[in-house]
Amino acid sequence: MNDKTMSGQKIAEAAPSYKPWTRREMAARAAADIPEGFYVNLGIGIPVMVADYIPADREVIVHSENGILGMGPAPAPDKIDRWLINASKNYVTLVTGGSYMHHADSFALIRGGHLDLCVLGAFQVAENGDLANWATSDNDTTPAVGGAMDLAAGARQVWVLMEHTTKSGDSRLVRRCTYPLTAPGVVKRVYTNLAVLDVTQEGFVVRDTVPGMTLDALRTVTDAPLRQ
Amino acid sequence: MIDKIVQTMAEAMAGVPDGAVVLIGGFGSIGQPNALIDGLIEQGAKDLTVVSNNVGVGRVGLARLLDTGRVRKIMCSYPRTVDPVVFEELYRAGRIELEVLPQGTMAERMRAAGAGIPAFFTPTAVGTRLGAGKEQREFNGRTYLLEHALPGDVALIEAWEGDRWGNLTYRSSARNFNPVMAMAAKLTIAQAQHIVELGTLDPEKVGTPGIYVNRVVHVPYGDPVVT
Repeated sequence: MNDKTMSGQKIAEAAPSYKPWTRREMAARAAADIPEGFYVNLGIGIPVMVADYIPADREVIVHSENGILGMGPAPAPDKIDRWLINASKNYVTLVTGGSYMHHADSFALIRGGHLDLCVLGAFQVAENGDLANWATSDNDTTPAVGGAMDLAAGARQVWVLMEHTTKSGDSRLVRRCTYPLTAPGVVKRVYTNLAVLDVTQEGFVVRDTVPGMTLDALRTVTDAPLRQ
Repeated sequence: MIDKIVQTMAEAMAGVPDGAVVLIGGFGSIGQPNALIDGLIEQGAKDLTVVSNNVGVGRVGLARLLDTGRVRKIMCSYPRTVDPVVFEELYRAGRIELEVLPQGTMAERMRAAGAGIPAFFTPTAVGTRLGAGKEQREFNGRTYLLEHALPGDVALIEAWEGDRWGNLTYRSSARNFNPVMAMAAKLTIAQAQHIVELGTLDPEKVGTPGIYVNRVVHVPYGDPVVT
């Protein structure tokens, strides 16, 4: 062992050294866990990036609540269909086998429990699975709910993709949500830039972390009990 | 002979009363009937309640209607779009009322209105601020809340093709709210890019059968621009 490694180890002992996952790495991490044949809805923000990381040999069908089942990636600049946008209002494509429907049918398949999975962004997730992802306070001037409440209440499983903490360092994993709820008790798994956690009857259970992360270090940035 | 094709915007907008509940199709700018909205502005009806997914972008279409000050209240799911300048000015000044509804509840309330269902139970918004104060009931161990049908006096919708019976087709994601709004209003006015001879639409592809449609105006404008 040379001096260089020795000094590196000392630093690691003083403060755990880890590199948070990027947003794209978070999306890739979640994509790896989606089984073949799943019908999924991907929310606005980091979740839509999940589609880019589903392995090419795995058939996963992506729903967009504005009436697309079988949504494909963004088109090449010269292949844009100006009538085809996703829920984020970006141009998308339709995969072979895809179909269109109107809004009431689109939400019937959501509310009716036909989606295997919905991946959403969030402001906060509580240890009991409560989801807060649409308004940041009770007097939020123009709260925008979109389809979040329907998706959260209707999909068979809800996963959340979000940064572990806010910009000011507050944990987004909490004992009880302080932001207005989108739906109570629905989140089953959370992918953050530091860890992957399941939401269980006993609260958050850590399934995976970024390399170099320790449970103790994760606890210092998490405002809820963590189990392993 | 049934002929729902009207030649002028004035004919299309005839009889829209002050105080009307106006359902306006579209998801963002796709499928939003901007020519009909301009026609409604020209017609002059005021004190309107508008039901639409968004609140308009920039100063065109729905945003332009809001800018006239003739909309008393807007019901939508997502009042935050890229550039909702007009809405935000009015809202900050207290000159427009906002009701935010979950998108699926909004769609189903209109579908119910068109289908003769006065109210229905939904799991959406249970345990949230948007569900507060609503009647609740348990079915098979799960809590649901009561939502009422949302009928319109007028629906303004955009189609791809239309014929003189009012049969309409849609184009990819521009379908969105248009078919449910067509069902839900007493007076449904459609703008269509193409007017075709009766019998040329493939019956398998009709998205809205003419029974729901009162007037069709030919508005060929090409492709929409997402703003």
